[in-house]
Amino acid sequence: MAISANAILTQAMLGLNNGAFYAMLSLGLAVIFGLLNIVNFAHGAFYMLGAFVALIGLTQLGPWLGMPDLQINFWWALLIAPLVVGLLGILIERTLLRRLYGLDHLYGLLLTFGVALVLQGFFTNFYNTAGTPYPGKPEILDGVVNLGFMYFPKYRLFALVVSLLVCFATWYLIERTKLGAILRAGTEKPKLVEAFGVNVPLLITLTYGFGVALAAFAGVLAAPIYAVSPLMGADLIIVVFAVVVIGGMGSIMGAIVTGLALGMIEGVTKVVYPPAASTVVFLIMALVLLVRPAGLFGKE
Amino acid sequence: MKNSTLALAVAAALSAGTAQAQISGDVVKIGVLTDMSGVYAALSGQGSVIAAQMAIEDFGGKVLGKPIQLVSADHQNKADIGSATAREWIDQQGVDMITDLVTSSVGIAVQRLASAKGVITMNTSAGSTALTNAECTELGIHYAYDTYALAVGTANPIIQSGGKKWFFITADYTFGHSLESNAADVVKANGGQVVGGVRHPFPNNDFSSYLLQAQGSGADVIGLANAGQDFTNAVKQAGEFGIGRGKQQLVGLLVFSSDVKSLGLKAAEGLQFTDSWYWDMNDETRAFAQRFFERAKAMPTSPQAAVYSSVTQYLKAVEAAGTDNGKAVRAKLGEMVMNDVYHKNAKLRPDGRVMHDMYLMKVKSPQESKSEWDLLKIVDTIPAEKAFLPLEKSQCPLVKKQ
Repeated sequence: MAISANAILTQAMLGLNNGAFYAMLSLGLAVIFGLLNIVNFAHGAFYMLGAFVALIGLTQLGPWLGMPDLQINFWWALLIAPLVVGLLGILIERTLLRRLYGLDHLYGLLLTFGVALVLQGFFTNFYNTAGTPYPGKPEILDGVVNLGFMYFPKYRLFALVVSLLVCFATWYLIERTKLGAILRAGTEKPKLVEAFGVNVPLLITLTYGFGVALAAFAGVLAAPIYAVSPLMGADLIIVVFAVVVIGGMGSIMGAIVTGLALGMIEGVTKVVYPPAASTVVFLIMALVLLVRPAGLFGKE
Repeated sequence: MKNSTLALAVAAALSAGTAQAQISGDVVKIGVLTDMSGVYAALSGQGSVIAAQMAIEDFGGKVLGKPIQLVSADHQNKADIGSATAREWIDQQGVDMITDLVTSSVGIAVQRLASAKGVITMNTSAGSTALTNAECTELGIHYAYDTYALAVGTANPIIQSGGKKWFFITADYTFGHSLESNAADVVKANGGQVVGGVRHPFPNNDFSSYLLQAQGSGADVIGLANAGQDFTNAVKQAGEFGIGRGKQQLVGLLVFSSDVKSLGLKAAEGLQFTDSWYWDMNDETRAFAQRFFERAKAMPTSPQAAVYSSVTQYLKAVEAAGTDNGKAVRAKLGEMVMNDVYHKNAKLRPDGRVMHDMYLMKVKSPQESKSEWDLLKIVDTIPAEKAFLPLEKSQCPLVKKQ
């Protein structure tokens, strides 16, 4: 089959769409690693939880509470799911992760991996692993937009734009504002920053909660596109970790740019050489590690 | 000690052979091995267990004076898990017959293993024609439908109405390959052309990139050689991108009523496909479906009805053979004419294929539908000899020997 420019453009656009999810998830991972030094393997599970909060809120919560008319719609879910899941993240940080800060990275990794397995296992007990469709896509986002080279579903375009906005807002918050400066200083020299009267432990807790909330937000955005499944996070997290490694552990801009770029590369590979589509990310990771062990945007 | 046990065993065997029926372990055990939580759970899964339970109850719970027991397990669509479960069932629990066996890769593995151990398999839910061809076994029975019947039943009318150029989106495992190759044969035999294809991982959630490739291929028909939730996801996402609404036609090669139910009539209206059974065919099927619905909260799919039928016919054969010995029961099944709620005048061929009519169905429009489960109408009946691969073309070594 001949490869037309149009085919490449359409697949790149789809890839960019996937890339936006990679970017948002790897961004949360980068924030958590950059500021807390925790390799958060539970990130995929929090993404999955976000989608489930949206699904349960829409279809099950009302009947459970004896109010069949109560439905948390998509827009509310975008707000509520990150809050609920973020709070759970804070709880986990306060009760579990906090005890590991003095130890090797490995312990944090093992703990969060365990948390992810528990959450996945819990949901696998009650929900179809093949995925349950999320029926709450807002009507205003039904239909397609003509982009000139292709018809693109309105909802996917919406998800793409929103994720980009969230990514760059987060980057701005951490790299360009005073709050961000305090955060970065607090992780580098906690004692000194505390001497200025800043409550560093609280700051760290909130940062973890924020990173987790980002994952949940991505989960809600993903729910109408992909089916909601207990394993949706586990499927994605491996690619997302590759993104973080390629971008440079802890680099926020690195995570965003790499996420988007890899999504597109993956999409284009689907046209050029389909069998390589699922491995191309890891090929790039291996190459980057050989040439720049700290990642494309990493310092050192 | 050893001698006395041996003597006892010989005595028991002798007396059993003469005076009473031979039932291994004094119980007839039937196993439903299926997909309980994955993409095929809705079309087989728990519903198949319920159907088997109903068959046993309707039979009276006993055969040749011995109790009938049911076991069930989830094979997660993985051949290794399916084989391990089947081995444990046969070796440790004395299971005499295994049914459902959705997912062709699992079906083939378990059929081979069970037959070698003298246990009958009655596959009601997997599709690959390999089960009765290259992979056929002495005791393996392919009960409900196969990919040949689907291809012939569904592709023929579409090609005749002008859909000449085909592009396949195929689930990348035994069943998908089998369905694609059968359909491609039908397309070519009728003067059509296969312009391209793409294979997706099984199971898969995001079909957008495959669908866009299909859209750009210039094909008249996009053939979906997948099933269950893979199929419904693909159709929904095609709708998102506006694919299949214009001159290009989207065709599901394997569709079950559960898929239509999950898509909704608005999305599925007009879809044509081939199936072996529908709950709303006559008074007998409606009565059965109603009883099933009370337990399962869903109408039975064709594989679930076939599970009911396979268990019923198996038990009849055990009764007629006077034993649950695999070979003897298989021989009886080969002589019987099967009549029940699922099929009429059905016969079992030496390659393991059960011959019965298939039906071309069409999804009703929302206006035509009178109730929640009023989904399909039957457009055409495809007689058994036209629906299935003729015996002389079978690659099954058991057939050649005869």
